[in-house]
Amino acid sequence: MDKLSDTLGRFGGVYLLPVALGAIAFVLIGAPSSWVTLTVAGLAMGMMLFLMASGLSLVFGLMDVLNFGHSAFVSFGAFVAASVLAGLSGWLDSSSALLASAALALALLAAIAFGLAVGLFFETVIIRPVYQDHLRQILITMGALIVSEQVILAVWGGTPITVHRPSFLEGAWIIGDVSIEIYRLFAFTLGACVFVGLMILLNRTRIGLLIRAGVENREMVEALGFKINRLFIGVFMLGSALAALGGAMWAGYETLITPALGGEMMIVVFIVVIIGGLGSIEGTLLGAIIVGLTANYVGYLTPKLALASNMILMMAILMWRPSGLKPAVK
Amino acid sequence: MTLLSVRNMKTDIGQYAVLNGVSFDVPEGGVFVLLGRNGAGKTTTLRSIMGLWQPSPGSVHFQGQDISGLATADIARLGIAFVPENMGIFGGLTVEENLILATAKGKFDQTRLRRIFDLFPALEQFWSKQAWSLSGGQKQMLSVARAIIEPRALILIDEPTKGLAPSIVAAMGEAFREIAQNATILLVEQNFNFARNLSRDMAVIDDGRVVHSGTMADFAADTDLQGQLLGLSA
Repeated sequence: MDKLSDTLGRFGGVYLLPVALGAIAFVLIGAPSSWVTLTVAGLAMGMMLFLMASGLSLVFGLMDVLNFGHSAFVSFGAFVAASVLAGLSGWLDSSSALLASAALALALLAAIAFGLAVGLFFETVIIRPVYQDHLRQILITMGALIVSEQVILAVWGGTPITVHRPSFLEGAWIIGDVSIEIYRLFAFTLGACVFVGLMILLNRTRIGLLIRAGVENREMVEALGFKINRLFIGVFMLGSALAALGGAMWAGYETLITPALGGEMMIVVFIVVIIGGLGSIEGTLLGAIIVGLTANYVGYLTPKLALASNMILMMAILMWRPSGLKPAVK
Repeated sequence: MTLLSVRNMKTDIGQYAVLNGVSFDVPEGGVFVLLGRNGAGKTTTLRSIMGLWQPSPGSVHFQGQDISGLATADIARLGIAFVPENMGIFGGLTVEENLILATAKGKFDQTRLRRIFDLFPALEQFWSKQAWSLSGGQKQMLSVARAIIEPRALILIDEPTKGLAPSIVAAMGEAFREIAQNATILLVEQNFNFARNLSRDMAVIDDGRVVHSGTMADFAADTDLQGQLLGLSA
């Protein structure tokens, strides 16, 4: 068994899982064109889940905070972006790709800015009083999620909102029998850029070094002379902004959003973080891609199992690796 | 001259009173050893000085300044380093990253780094390795090196020889002697033979209070007192 693990480790270890998943799905699906479409959809979904979940993973790992309200940031991001896009519908509908791009960029930036502001409020008002008390964290952040949903209901109403997309992101590229939605490619590319940015931040900067050290041992970071609470606020705001960006991208992907979005995404975001391993950005990406691919493959092969597939996946991975696929070193 | 003065320090952890009024003075320079049986309160004393557990009431003065009640980060910035019992290294970071994190400005003073490599050659050898892959002794070296990568007036070291091979313990003793030429070490240790050869001054803690203090030479010569306070047989 150890030899098998060593051999797998030399060829990429747990990073082989999405490849193995794709290979198995290829055999089961049979039709290559459907497989490519589903794989691209799964990767795009995975990248959006990564955006939503990466902050939660860092907050969990660094601050030991169980923030069940994290998906409220996803909701706020989605609704703020949808509102900006609706307000700029003239730009979106114009023939100018520049104006349409500007509208999209403003919508995403507005979601990020809102995520930063709500993150700051959450950390200072809701989270800080319940550090190191998991039960109270669960109760208070669940409550915050419910309140957030009600705020969205009050501001945007209960009617599902249609999300406008720039015309250059509509449609699909047809290559032979394969159809690839342009929006999915955009989501994948944006997610990949954020991942690279986070990896640079974590591995090439002093702040990143502090975050990685803080995930492992907060007390020792303090004993080296750093105020960990400032780091907490920064990481929490970054995580909230990423979740809001993920929510904005998800809104464009679904094109119809309701106030229940946060609650719906909460479970899947936690599954991603738990599968990936707490506190690890690479693990979160891996977990998100696996969840995205599984959801799409299973949804195609056995639609009735689609909802249960992620839970089964999480249970299987936790039985194999109780700390997740790629946890931060503790 | 007194570098650190601890007066009537009381620390509760949960509902348990662990320190019941610890008082002692650490003179500047050399190694000062805190001895005591398991559970006597030695580790709690170091953690309370460092602000990791808040003592109340009582006072801790460092270089004449009252540091009781300060945040741990502020205490560290005054020039106190801490080497915890579990070494506290960051396993996911490389040896280099562990050390650079402890520098004030994110870059090494090459003279100090050279001195560290002379004290602990293994750290230069495993410079780019992740710290979790080091042996127990190498981790302890890294933990001590991190404490001296910047000039510090006082270094608190908690049971550095625990679980280490005799050859590593001997090397660690040599390193402490050299470090103590430029800084003061407050050492918590259960290995009496290790401690007796290092220190000039000492105190014994029992049941959360200092029950004896004096010179190590006097204590080492009094086997009855050792037996009474530490349970050591002659």
